[in-house]
Amino acid sequence: MENYDLVVIGGGPAGLAAAIEARKNGVEKILVIERDRELGGILQQCIHNGFGLHVFNEELSGPEYAGRFITELMSMDIEYKLDTMVLDVTDDKVIHAINQQDGYITIQAKAVILSMGCRERTAGAINIPGTRPSGVFTAGTAQRFINMEGYMVGKRVVILGSGDIGLIMARRMTLEGAKVLAVVEVLPYSGGLTRNIVQCLDDFDIPLYLSHTVIDIKGNKRVEGVTIAEVDENRKPIPGTEISYDCDTLLLSVGLIPENELTAQAGAQLDPHTNGPFVNESMETSRDGIFACGNVVHVHDLVDFVTEESRRAGRGAARYIQNKLVSNGQAFKTKPLNGVSYIVPQTVRIENVEKNLDLFLRVRKVYKNVKLVIKGDDEVIKEIKKRNLAPGEMEHLTLPVNSLTGKSFEYLTIEVKEEA
Amino acid sequence: MYDVAIIGAGVAGTFIGRELSKYQLKILIVDRENDVGNETTAANSAIIHAGYDAKANGLKGKFNAPGNAMYDEICEDLDVPFKRIGSLVIGFNDTDHKTIQNLYENGLKNKVPHMRILNHDEVLEMEPHLNNTVYSALYAPTAGIISPWELAIALAENAIENGAELKLETTVTDIKKEEDSYTLITDKGDFTAKYVINCAGVHTDVINNMVAEPYFKIRPKKGNYYVLDKGIDLVNHVIFQCPTDKGKGILIAPTVHGNYLIGPDSEFVEDKDSVATEARCLEYVKETSLLSSTAIPFNKVIRSFAGLRANSDLDDFIIEEAKGAKGFINVAGFESPGLSSIPAVAHYVVELMDKIAGGLTPRADFNPKRRKVVRFNELPEEEKKQLIKENPLYGKVICRCETITEAEIIDSIHRKAGANSVKAVKKRVRPGAGRCQGGFCGPRVVEILARELGVDEKDVPYDSTDAYILTGKTKNEK
Repeated sequence: MENYDLVVIGGGPAGLAAAIEARKNGVEKILVIERDRELGGILQQCIHNGFGLHVFNEELSGPEYAGRFITELMSMDIEYKLDTMVLDVTDDKVIHAINQQDGYITIQAKAVILSMGCRERTAGAINIPGTRPSGVFTAGTAQRFINMEGYMVGKRVVILGSGDIGLIMARRMTLEGAKVLAVVEVLPYSGGLTRNIVQCLDDFDIPLYLSHTVIDIKGNKRVEGVTIAEVDENRKPIPGTEISYDCDTLLLSVGLIPENELTAQAGAQLDPHTNGPFVNESMETSRDGIFACGNVVHVHDLVDFVTEESRRAGRGAARYIQNKLVSNGQAFKTKPLNGVSYIVPQTVRIENVEKNLDLFLRVRKVYKNVKLVIKGDDEVIKEIKKRNLAPGEMEHLTLPVNSLTGKSFEYLTIEVKEEA
Repeated sequence: MYDVAIIGAGVAGTFIGRELSKYQLKILIVDRENDVGNETTAANSAIIHAGYDAKANGLKGKFNAPGNAMYDEICEDLDVPFKRIGSLVIGFNDTDHKTIQNLYENGLKNKVPHMRILNHDEVLEMEPHLNNTVYSALYAPTAGIISPWELAIALAENAIENGAELKLETTVTDIKKEEDSYTLITDKGDFTAKYVINCAGVHTDVINNMVAEPYFKIRPKKGNYYVLDKGIDLVNHVIFQCPTDKGKGILIAPTVHGNYLIGPDSEFVEDKDSVATEARCLEYVKETSLLSSTAIPFNKVIRSFAGLRANSDLDDFIIEEAKGAKGFINVAGFESPGLSSIPAVAHYVVELMDKIAGGLTPRADFNPKRRKVVRFNELPEEEKKQLIKENPLYGKVICRCETITEAEIIDSIHRKAGANSVKAVKKRVRPGAGRCQGGFCGPRVVEILARELGVDEKDVPYDSTDAYILTGKTKNEK
């Protein structure tokens, strides 16, 4: 059995930032385990720009953004293993993994950071009726084929779901010569960033059908067509609103699911609201010394926020290893109320927070001109005016730690308050 | 000239083919699909029924329980996943209880062993996630679960190892009846055989009518299913509701791979090739299944699918020489419990053949065993270590959800009746069958298939050769 201070599972943006930050905070023996052929994770297939505005104050492509962290990681001589699959993480922090070079390895770690990212929801998960031909891809798989493997996946395309990857792929397929006939979204608003709607659909005259869904897939071998229809408020198709497309491809961008099979194996509890582990202010899960960060905790829409969160996990793990994390003292839980679907972190031990407490949340629907009200039990701590809130855009709130210290409340709640 | 041509490489065709390969016969199996076990065999409840439901005095009643009893040996020989987990037919009221008693009586006639009728408490002790409304149940411990397509694949592989030939993507368009033989006219050329066995599933009536008087009609019944993710604690036995005119009742069935199947409904369909799912039918399945257990987590659905039952208007299996066509045997109307009955049916067909041919000579060198399939993720740590030492490609995981290694995928391609498409790899070793449904491993599997088969990635199909995945290189499209 090998021994490491810190093992980071997943070498995407979350794992890279966490490992680098742990090293900067004094952790010696670090190992990053990556299941793919290279570090960088899904960023390597995101060849569009728009990454890094918050972290680097400039617009980078995905590979460029990942590249900066990979270069830094290598300059620090942090160890990493590629093409290596973790089979198990035990609750006492023993990692079982396999690869071609080392065979079956077991590693005892003092701390573990889980940064496995997320996966795409599939056609099966959303139960599209019809046949099961080839030509139905998740947007991310299509992106991999096109940007990494150099192969096109279709010529006439309908995209279901207006998540960011779907929007990006609408533009990408168009630039590669395909005809994107429509983007179809079951909700009355898009799940993607506004800037992507403008830059990926509007600029290319690709129609976006809100409150519509795919009600049939045709073709026994390859997709031959899809039928869409408008849906009512219960998401049931409205007869008479059908539109049929002749197409050979259906791309799906219908959501991302944190990939937490290892988290569950390690015995960390999962939050049904995020589908990720419960974490505290230091990004530690309910399992002592097992941390998590990035899309494995909750799905982010900007990698910059993943980086910030992962740095916090890296610092947390370093302090854990150095026995500097305080486990008693003032603590509270966070609780989403009216209009808020989740809050990360779910618990806070105030003495571990340095200057500011960062809170991340998503709202349940689109709001205009409302307030986000933050309370400690029933006492208002802060109110923040918001002109726009949408489920597709994660909200990041910062509370100065001195606005929280010395108060004894059990729950910090956040709710949306609409103007009377 | 072949001795026997078998039309259809589903579980019936492959089982009979493998059974006949024990004898000195030149055997040809043809199928219009690009893989064995690709139609009804790949889309059913995957259950080996105990046999209490099959009508006594008919062929279903005759073959079900004996067929069931033969499964341990065949699955051992061919290394096919099979678990005898038992089944419960649950009832919610007096009427259901009467049905259960009738099933019990019928089961006795069919010589189904070890059945018991359980009361409310006994059922819930056995299956705590069933609804409290359950009144009683018929427990049949001999019922089992299997991977039907892996069975057909294993049978085909073993039959080929024993000398049979398999031709895929070969559609029989006509059959010419000669003096002492039949010539199959196909899109891949003509093949002549002394005897023909018609195992063409929903198309058995069409094939029969090419050489004999039409005397039955296949009216397929479609069934829609959901597949649930692994790692769910729901039920340990196959759970049926009481049978109705809509079939054996909506079931909750564990699968040999650790998932659950929920389904099927049952509706006549005209189109014999359509396995499209329908929202209305899936909704019915969902609502009805919740009567058995409200604990079914429908947010853990990873796939839905539909399959066709080869239901005939004669209301029983048809296993006989076609009228007026000597040496032409129909294995038709082979709906449920076809899968459960097939080991016994295959023996019966051999007996028929023996009579028709005036005696069959056994092969001295018949090998009943298939080379074991490595299922890496099921092995203990020490065996995993040893395997990677012997072949480092066991250390390369391609499918994350099911932990499938590159070595397993390569083996599935190079076996007899090996995989030649993404779906064929999925059926054999399961990359793409997990919760990501091939989202991550799809491109890797395409790459491995291309390399191992010596073709370009864009020529690797999803299923049949015209079910293409890629349209060409980027920067080439107009």
